[in-house]
Amino acid sequence: MAADPRVGTTGARPGAMGFLTDTTLCIGCKACEVACKQWNQLPMDNFGFTGMSYDNTGDLGATTWRHVAFIERIDDHTGRRPVKLQPFQSNWLMLSDVCKHCVYAGCMEACPTGAIIRTEFDTVVIQQDICNGCGYCVPACPFGVPELSLTDRKAHKCTLCYDRLKDGLEPACAKACPTDAIQFGPVPQLMERARKRVEELHQQGVTSAYIYGDRAVGGTGGIEGLNAFFILTAPPEVYNLPAQPELPQRRVLPAFLSTAAAALALGLAAWRALRGVK
Amino acid sequence: MPGLGARLGRGGATTMQQSLADSDCIVIMGSNMAENHPVGFRFVLKAKTRGATIIHIDPRFSRTSALADYYVAIRPGSDLVFLGALINYVINHPRWQADSFFHDYLVHYTNAAAIIRPDFKDTEDLAGLFSGYDPHARRYDPSTWQYTTAARATLPGVSHSDHHDYQAPQDSEAQAETPEEPARPRVEPERDPTLQHPFCAFQLVRKHFARYTPELVEQACGVPQDVFRTIAETILANSGRDRTTAFCYAVAWTQHTIGTQIISCCALLQLLLGNIGRPGGGILALRGHATIQGSTDIPTLYDLLPGYLKMPRALPGYATLADYLRSERPQTGQWYDMPKYLVSLLKAWYGDAAKPENDFAYDLLPKIGGDYSFEAMIPLMRDGVIKGLFCMGMNPAVGGQNAVLARRALANLDWLVVRDIHEIETAAFWYDAPEVKRGELRPDQIKTEVFLLPAAVAAEKAGSYTNTQRLVQFHEKAVDPPGDARSELWFVYWLGKRLKELYAGDESPAGRQIAALTWEYPTIGPHHEPDPIAINREINGYTVADGKLVPGYTALRDDGSTACGCWIYSGIMPEEGRLLSRRRKGDDRASLEWGFSWPANRRILYNRASADPQGRPWSERKKWVWWDPEKQQWTGYDVPDFPVTKPPDYQPPPGAKGLDALPGDAPFIMMPDGVGWLFAPTGLMDGPLPTHYEPWETPVPNLLYPSQPRSPVAPVFVRSENRYHDIGDPRYPYVVTTYRLTEHHTAGGMSRWVPWLAELQPAGFVEISPELAAELDITNGDWVVVSTARGEIELRALVTSRMQPLTINGKTVHVVGIPWHFGFGGLATGGIANDLSALIEDPNSLIHEAKAFTCAVRKGRLSS
Repeated sequence: MAADPRVGTTGARPGAMGFLTDTTLCIGCKACEVACKQWNQLPMDNFGFTGMSYDNTGDLGATTWRHVAFIERIDDHTGRRPVKLQPFQSNWLMLSDVCKHCVYAGCMEACPTGAIIRTEFDTVVIQQDICNGCGYCVPACPFGVPELSLTDRKAHKCTLCYDRLKDGLEPACAKACPTDAIQFGPVPQLMERARKRVEELHQQGVTSAYIYGDRAVGGTGGIEGLNAFFILTAPPEVYNLPAQPELPQRRVLPAFLSTAAAALALGLAAWRALRGVK
Repeated sequence: MPGLGARLGRGGATTMQQSLADSDCIVIMGSNMAENHPVGFRFVLKAKTRGATIIHIDPRFSRTSALADYYVAIRPGSDLVFLGALINYVINHPRWQADSFFHDYLVHYTNAAAIIRPDFKDTEDLAGLFSGYDPHARRYDPSTWQYTTAARATLPGVSHSDHHDYQAPQDSEAQAETPEEPARPRVEPERDPTLQHPFCAFQLVRKHFARYTPELVEQACGVPQDVFRTIAETILANSGRDRTTAFCYAVAWTQHTIGTQIISCCALLQLLLGNIGRPGGGILALRGHATIQGSTDIPTLYDLLPGYLKMPRALPGYATLADYLRSERPQTGQWYDMPKYLVSLLKAWYGDAAKPENDFAYDLLPKIGGDYSFEAMIPLMRDGVIKGLFCMGMNPAVGGQNAVLARRALANLDWLVVRDIHEIETAAFWYDAPEVKRGELRPDQIKTEVFLLPAAVAAEKAGSYTNTQRLVQFHEKAVDPPGDARSELWFVYWLGKRLKELYAGDESPAGRQIAALTWEYPTIGPHHEPDPIAINREINGYTVADGKLVPGYTALRDDGSTACGCWIYSGIMPEEGRLLSRRRKGDDRASLEWGFSWPANRRILYNRASADPQGRPWSERKKWVWWDPEKQQWTGYDVPDFPVTKPPDYQPPPGAKGLDALPGDAPFIMMPDGVGWLFAPTGLMDGPLPTHYEPWETPVPNLLYPSQPRSPVAPVFVRSENRYHDIGDPRYPYVVTTYRLTEHHTAGGMSRWVPWLAELQPAGFVEISPELAAELDITNGDWVVVSTARGEIELRALVTSRMQPLTINGKTVHVVGIPWHFGFGGLATGGIANDLSALIEDPNSLIHEAKAFTCAVRKGRLSS
């Protein structure tokens, strides 16, 4: 099978800054979650024991902009636990999820007020003083990222530490990550690094490693790439990510056309029926 | 600490975390490094990126296991069987026997050739005991463990539990000390360099571990034989001239009644593998708190003086300074200079009151009359012997063994001062503890007067941390503490000032102790905070006459002309305005300009061993420190842990003292004979060779020594509130282990009140395997009650395959795990795991056994 030419490519614009989150180095310490909350002064939320492995956070939301997911795949179906493990992170998958800062962002296209903008760093930011809380961005995101806050009724999500970038600092989560699983930098550079890393991983026996967020996987359906992208070692669904996400806006024209066609067909049938009545 | 100290010379990590990046194999055992040392773990991942093999041996599949190449499930408390079997495997392996590297390291750098007395009896001879055991006193007389000269080898600076103190009789054949230089008799054993003599250390090791086979590992540890062999092969294949293996351990080794011996067994193994003192090798003791290493270097421990000098005992052998030196000071090795360190310390503490005529105020030092360790304090408080307590950054209502008894003990004090940043359980017990809520204890019956004083947090005080790799890093303060919050430094200093005022003019012994202390430091700022730089000056040391800073500990004197607060830190401030712990210049090697690493900024200890006996690196790939024949000195990537100009072929003349008595190929300069000890004649209360004993509470018999299942010398606390389970007690069939999570910190005072941490792990839980859950009809998330003879708690069940049952001696043994951070205060609450544990100690370190005991589990809640 010929290699997919979209692998390792992205439509990120010149000057784009983003994240490479390499799950193979992640130890699930949640320093990223805490650093993000502290820098952005976000409150604690969804407080309570979930029983979902070590994930008591649940998912991204209005006041959680980094969320570490835990997926236990310890034993085989006969209950046997492994002794020899795949190199780097395996068997207990840990992923630091974040807003993907899509190259073509569903949330931005849905926003009616222009609150959601593309910054000079090619990141996607919700301007809080403009947001009117309509919530259109929420279903428009294929990844379920933005959420309306119960406190101020506005939409919130990761800003890729826009304020820190303006002062030449790296985002708080990347700064705090002890193993450099979260790396920050120019997107093309990160993508190059990710391609090399995936190759190294394949050579070291991690044949299931791949990039999530290039044009081939994760940055599909009109999204053209994720500025915050990942290296994963299991199918996206295992991490609760869509394998082939699509911008909902791409459904608008087909939906309109099928509605129009249905209206025409029903109108024709009605006209015929009414003519017959006279 | 005594585990490494007894065999290598210093009780501390032998290497730095950065050196792990140079390892070919890293064994993490008795540690959950990724969760508890996440920043240090980056160097494990660097090693992995370079192709190293990472092995995690642990009862639970944790976040460390997820990043490992091998995960080996092991029964809590059986670690010594595994390590002993590695020793047995290695010394009987043809590759180890044939490779000249192992032979040279063994013969030159260890006491393998030393011959022990012929009346020594091993545990193999006496069904689980060494010779010299007194069953009534529950202690050993180590006379028969000594070298053949019968002169007692001593290792100063290693803690002994006080009621086990032993004073060796003077041997008339031993070389007497001269009156003007009190010291231990010199030790010179007979040696067999062919290592064939049946009583040479090497042969005694071989005999002692002969039954630690892969079969025993399978039966006692629950590790299949083929898995054990794979691990053993991997470790051996990655040791040698060209490759090094590192061991990382933490409190899951320390916190057992045989904890010191588990650690010491690893030291023995690493000596046999030639990994000590080498880049990517060594033993990384992963200590917990940010500055726990500092808290034993300049100790808050009752039995140590700064720099690991022993606190004197209330015994004839310590009545005067000369007596002390006669008991503690060897004639050979670095510790020969003990008088310089001790006298300089006394000058620092007592200033002008310390004079040659009065033994430098030695009589003012407290003398120990009993076991005053943490666990011993609890019954003393409960029984009203201790009337008042200062609790600073400690939460015994949650964080120590038998927390039920601890809270009763707190309720019996006259007064209690709690300094903390939150109203921790220890301050709130009198109205909020479970026994108060249940009505068993009423606040109006509790006579304790509780003072809760606010403490400053890290960013509000300047000072240094000493981390697990002996690295001292000074940090500035960002803001002044708010309101009445103050640092420990402020509190202790101003408390001392007031005490001095109270005792002014008091000529009684107690009064003179306080009055004679030097206690004047410049203060800064609106709160009159003592200047930490001034304290660093005193710690570094200075000449008394002119106050000039000394360049390092070699400048210290025993005549009262120098003062030094801690000799191992001397050199941290070699000249005015230059505090080395402030430096932050790193590199890819030893980072010699980042902070200050005691002693004398050495990063890898015993690094003389990174070169062969002739002073050449063992290999190009593993060079670290080597002899430069042109410059006639040791050089390399690190500060040599060795006299810099001593040539590799130096042979000591007869009667030489101190470091001059050690040859040029003896890397372990703190040991009296300069070599690492395979067989330890002194220093450990429970034997010269590590031996497997079962945890005090265990569901299975001791397969090696059925008639001596438990440690024969572990200190026990026999009282009705501290009942122990019998071995195999069917009412408490499960093994329970307690541990930490990344998200919380120790007894929770610094994390359970912080919203961002509390929400990450909001509730206490117990980790249970699906197999055990099915047996007990427990579903994930159910409430369960865990109980022991000490107490019972309720927790949420986290059912996970990361826990697994083990087959021990043909029987299924279930293991459950409980994080011990939770209490009744703060945002993240949960059952107090330490309500389950019992007071019981390791005889050497007096550390508690928290990592393996037994319990019962049932579905339901406490009220049901």
